[in-house]
Amino acid sequence: MGLATGALLLAACGTTGSGADGEVLVSAAASLTDAFSEMEAAFEAVNPETDVLLNSGGSSALREQILAGAPADVFASANMSNMDQVVAAGEVEGEPTIFARNRLDIAVPSGNPGGVTGLADFARDELLIGLCAEDIPCGDYGRQVLEKAHVIPAVDTDEPNVRALLSKIEAGELDAGIVYVTDVASTDGGVGGVRIPDDENVLADYPIASLANAPNADGAAAFVAFVLSDAGRSILADHGFALP
Amino acid sequence: MKKQVTSSDRRKRRPPLVLLILAALGLAVFVIPLLGLLARTPWRDLPTLLTGDVVLDALRVSVIASLGATAISAILGVPLAWVLARVEFPGRSIVRGLVVLPLVLPPVVGGAALLFALGRRGLIGEPLNKATGLVLPFSTWGVVVAATFVAMPFLVITVEGALRNLDARFEGAAATLGAGRWTVLRRVTLPMIGPSLAAGLALTWARALGEFGATITFAGNLQGRTQTLPLAVFVALESDRGAAVALSLVMVVISLTVLVVLRERWWRLI
Repeated sequence: MGLATGALLLAACGTTGSGADGEVLVSAAASLTDAFSEMEAAFEAVNPETDVLLNSGGSSALREQILAGAPADVFASANMSNMDQVVAAGEVEGEPTIFARNRLDIAVPSGNPGGVTGLADFARDELLIGLCAEDIPCGDYGRQVLEKAHVIPAVDTDEPNVRALLSKIEAGELDAGIVYVTDVASTDGGVGGVRIPDDENVLADYPIASLANAPNADGAAAFVAFVLSDAGRSILADHGFALP
Repeated sequence: MKKQVTSSDRRKRRPPLVLLILAALGLAVFVIPLLGLLARTPWRDLPTLLTGDVVLDALRVSVIASLGATAISAILGVPLAWVLARVEFPGRSIVRGLVVLPLVLPPVVGGAALLFALGRRGLIGEPLNKATGLVLPFSTWGVVVAATFVAMPFLVITVEGALRNLDARFEGAAATLGAGRWTVLRRVTLPMIGPSLAAGLALTWARALGEFGATITFAGNLQGRTQTLPLAVFVALESDRGAAVALSLVMVVISLTVLVVLRERWWRLI
């Protein structure tokens, strides 16, 4: 056990080139919540002087916080456009790197009470259908998917982030919604997934970057390096993300 | 009461400087955010922003929901206040605690609790749905329920306070003169607490208008059905900041007008 931890420590130190300390504020897309919680613990294990603070939310909300001057160190977005806007504002240190990819899935409550079998069911008025709000990545992707399938959805709610949508599906208050594959996996059977065929699906790119005005630039660089390292990649893979 | 006023008049001096400075800082806490809002207001685009679909839909949902919540609060809250003020029963302080709980509870917790109780799979929501087909979440009624939950305590505590301060001898006199209990309530009690009742109703309405957390958690967010002004602000903040600021300004103007008018007309009478 001690040996294994030591080995992991050594391996991870090699990859992070650490020496970072202090608080590292990581603003991460809501769909990364679970993966980044684990990332946080793993990073802190090999960088014991650091304390990662995870700020989860819709990517657009996080973008707005950063543009308004929030003192974040790292930004991990669920799509390129939010990252691009932060880059355009000169808030990113260096270049963002795509570190993960995700696909979309139809989420239904356990038991699938609405009998949802595909995207076409999203047009059924008698079902309670939820999507993410149009202006956040999962809402944008969800609408792209429906458009590809030529389905006009009978939407009952536009949730502010993917976790809010997921929890309403898990509670059985909605019959179906479009979320990321990784979200369905994260509930351990709390929600069921209905596959969206590849030709109708979209691939979501997740970019990460240190921020130009990061209060803890070393910590930011170390965290980004850790996410891109083998240790970080294996955590992402465990949570169902595809790796670039 | 009167004696106290005159004696304090006699001792009237200039207020201590420290107090004034702290008071000014206290005021700044409220004023500075408003200045921030005004600084970001796109004045020129304001007319266009305020007549957009999203704004008008949100305004309509907000007006319906806040008035609905105020009406329900009046119908249920006044009797509740009366019972709390006039009826001795065991556990009254616990009931009073329950009534004011939504004042201190994070609204999002209230929304989650409402969902567990009245949602389609909720404690009461499920049998209700099976019996009547009614689904509260994601409907305008859901918005009304969420707003009632957070706003009714304002009415109850205002009216209860007024009832407890009311000189019971007036009601006693009316009863002695042969008025029935309903007549006493209608002709003596309610008119005497009129100003407090009005203040309570206005506060309830203002709180209902500003309600956000319970609404988005319980009723969801759909333009034209459940998207109230605060929800529209929240969503617009991430996509169209000009619209968000314009909407915020509408809320500030409405709320401030109501509160200032209230202050002038009723609160001084309390």
